[in-house]
Amino acid sequence: MSNIVVDKSKVPWWVSNVIVPLVNLTLALLVSGLFVFIAGENPIEAVKLIIYGSFGYIQGFAYTLYYTTNFIFTGLAFAVAFHCRLFNIGGEGQAYIGGLGVFLVAINLSFLPVPIVWLLAIFGAFLFGAAWAYIPAYLQSKRGSHVVITTIMFNFIASSLMIFLLVDVIRDTNQMAPHTVKLPEEIWLPSFEAFSGILGIKIRYSPLNLTFLLAIASLFFVWFLVWKTKWGYEMRAVGHNTQAAIYAGISPHKNIIIAMCISGGLAGLLGVNEILGVSHKIQAGFPAGYGFTGIAVALMGRNHPIGILPAAFLFGILYQGGSEVTFEMPNITRYMFVAVQGLIILFSGALENLFRPQIESFFVRRLNREVNA
Amino acid sequence: MEFLSDIASLINSTLRISTPLVFAAMAGIFAERSGVIDFSLEGKMLMAAFVAAVGSYYLGNPWLGLLLAIIVCVCLSMLHGFASVTHKGDQVVSCVAINILIIGLTTALAAAWFGQAGLTPTLNEDQRFLEIHLPFADALRDIPVIGTLYSDILSGHYVFVYLAYLSVPLVFWVVFKTSFGLRLRAVGENPSAVDTAGINVFTMRYKALAINGVLIAFAGAHLSTAVNANFFREMSAGRGYLALAAMIFGKWHPKTALIACLLFGFTDALQIRLQGVELPAIGEIPVQLIQALPYILTVVLLAGFVGKAIAPNAIGQPYIKER
Repeated sequence: MSNIVVDKSKVPWWVSNVIVPLVNLTLALLVSGLFVFIAGENPIEAVKLIIYGSFGYIQGFAYTLYYTTNFIFTGLAFAVAFHCRLFNIGGEGQAYIGGLGVFLVAINLSFLPVPIVWLLAIFGAFLFGAAWAYIPAYLQSKRGSHVVITTIMFNFIASSLMIFLLVDVIRDTNQMAPHTVKLPEEIWLPSFEAFSGILGIKIRYSPLNLTFLLAIASLFFVWFLVWKTKWGYEMRAVGHNTQAAIYAGISPHKNIIIAMCISGGLAGLLGVNEILGVSHKIQAGFPAGYGFTGIAVALMGRNHPIGILPAAFLFGILYQGGSEVTFEMPNITRYMFVAVQGLIILFSGALENLFRPQIESFFVRRLNREVNA
Repeated sequence: MEFLSDIASLINSTLRISTPLVFAAMAGIFAERSGVIDFSLEGKMLMAAFVAAVGSYYLGNPWLGLLLAIIVCVCLSMLHGFASVTHKGDQVVSCVAINILIIGLTTALAAAWFGQAGLTPTLNEDQRFLEIHLPFADALRDIPVIGTLYSDILSGHYVFVYLAYLSVPLVFWVVFKTSFGLRLRAVGENPSAVDTAGINVFTMRYKALAINGVLIAFAGAHLSTAVNANFFREMSAGRGYLALAAMIFGKWHPKTALIACLLFGFTDALQIRLQGVELPAIGEIPVQLIQALPYILTVVLLAGFVGKAIAPNAIGQPYIKER
């Protein structure tokens, strides 16, 4: 137990928002290094491989940004709901259903001119993801069923539903594996290769595509929505103190529903990247844990778009660099990076106050000394 | 008698399938009655399954594997307490962290140590728990009704099945009939009043979490050293969450939680039998829908079609002692 009392108003913003998160991240990475060591590999070599894999060559870097795109969506999804004190851990299922939305719109409206079909497909992804989040939101607000359990259950249900659809309803009947037909090539989102010529670089293939810009736009969208609109204020009020919000005439029910639907919609946008941008078809299990990683991204980024961008980038590095590590180190599988995510959530979320009082009082004392001197 | 033996085997598998849920729900009751949310039942169950399987593989004795699992689960509970009781971190975040950490760690370590994709080596008969055949089970089998009840339903389970159902009255007694239980419930309802009475809120919550760790270890060991002979990736398959839902549905009470667990177990047992069966008028139900039944049931039950659940008053709030 620490008994250090710090006057919050005297703590500079960069100490609580930059120094403390960096210390927490360092702790998480140190423990991760220990796990790599227990698994029988050299942690320092692993770090070198991660840096080479994610920055060392242009294709690797493109992959890093492609993963970053996914993490921006799922990170924002968790953050929006969190501002209303809702734990949306159903990003995985919402992304899965969002993918269905993209595919259904794109395949049925592929005759439309290109920018219009893209916009409609993006809308479809958002709508489907939002719809999948609506039911847990409704049950939380009206029936008090805890949103953590219902969203987790909706992940399982989404997975069963999608497997059913992929096997029995929308499967490409010419193939054995459960996936759909490919979308017509005219409506694929242009990938990074298309632009790389303009930039004067040449690469073979990269999954990075135009969705990256959509992700950046989403960061602005969320910032504007949560901090600059009346609704964002109401939502944060409900999250901060529901009783006070009710007293101020704000409806918790309405805000819970809107927060969860926007959250689910943002998670659904992952489907745009994966289906309209990369694989052009729905494959079983395509959200591949990105939804869960979003929790770590959001908590590391302190649920603010300015923090989520670097956090998503860091996880992009970990994912892309991590695949380099799993190539080179037989004892490390991609699950090691799932464990790293858990540690990052632990240290930057649950244990964020571990060293905060010490660090803050250290800086406050130093600054006081400078002022007095 | 075809029908009767079908029913008997359905009840038999219900009892077996409900076992980890019962342990987990009882573990959940201790944590949540003391005011600490525990979504990390899922992760702890998975960790217990991993540790029990690895432990009994190396030590050659399933009881030693269970002991190791208990130690590790109590440590994880302490970690949850350290984050959410001592450092007043968010309890749900702490649970989510533990769950994701364990999913990754167990699979990664299984791959690193045994070279198989998230599997531990198959345990032989000495390294795992075997079914217990009650005395005279074979002799009594042919007696109608009693024979079926005794030989086909009561006999032939793993030790954990008996322990799970014995734990329910025990938990009831501890929580509702002892002074420890009174303090436990008081800490979850009104911690400041308990503090005024000179009882340490933090110590009480840590004690509750320690018991929680012991109980959840049994659930994991049941999965990997009894019903299965090894650990595999994500083998807890949402059971921790189902148990939590059962506990909430059972209003944080051992007896009603037990009934909810049995209901989940029964749905799961039925789900296995329904696969591939042609139902009159409906035809064959898609296997994915049947597999999703326990999860759908959870949502339906939680939606409170049978009355709204009231949680312990101070749940989820870190206790801050006034200075």
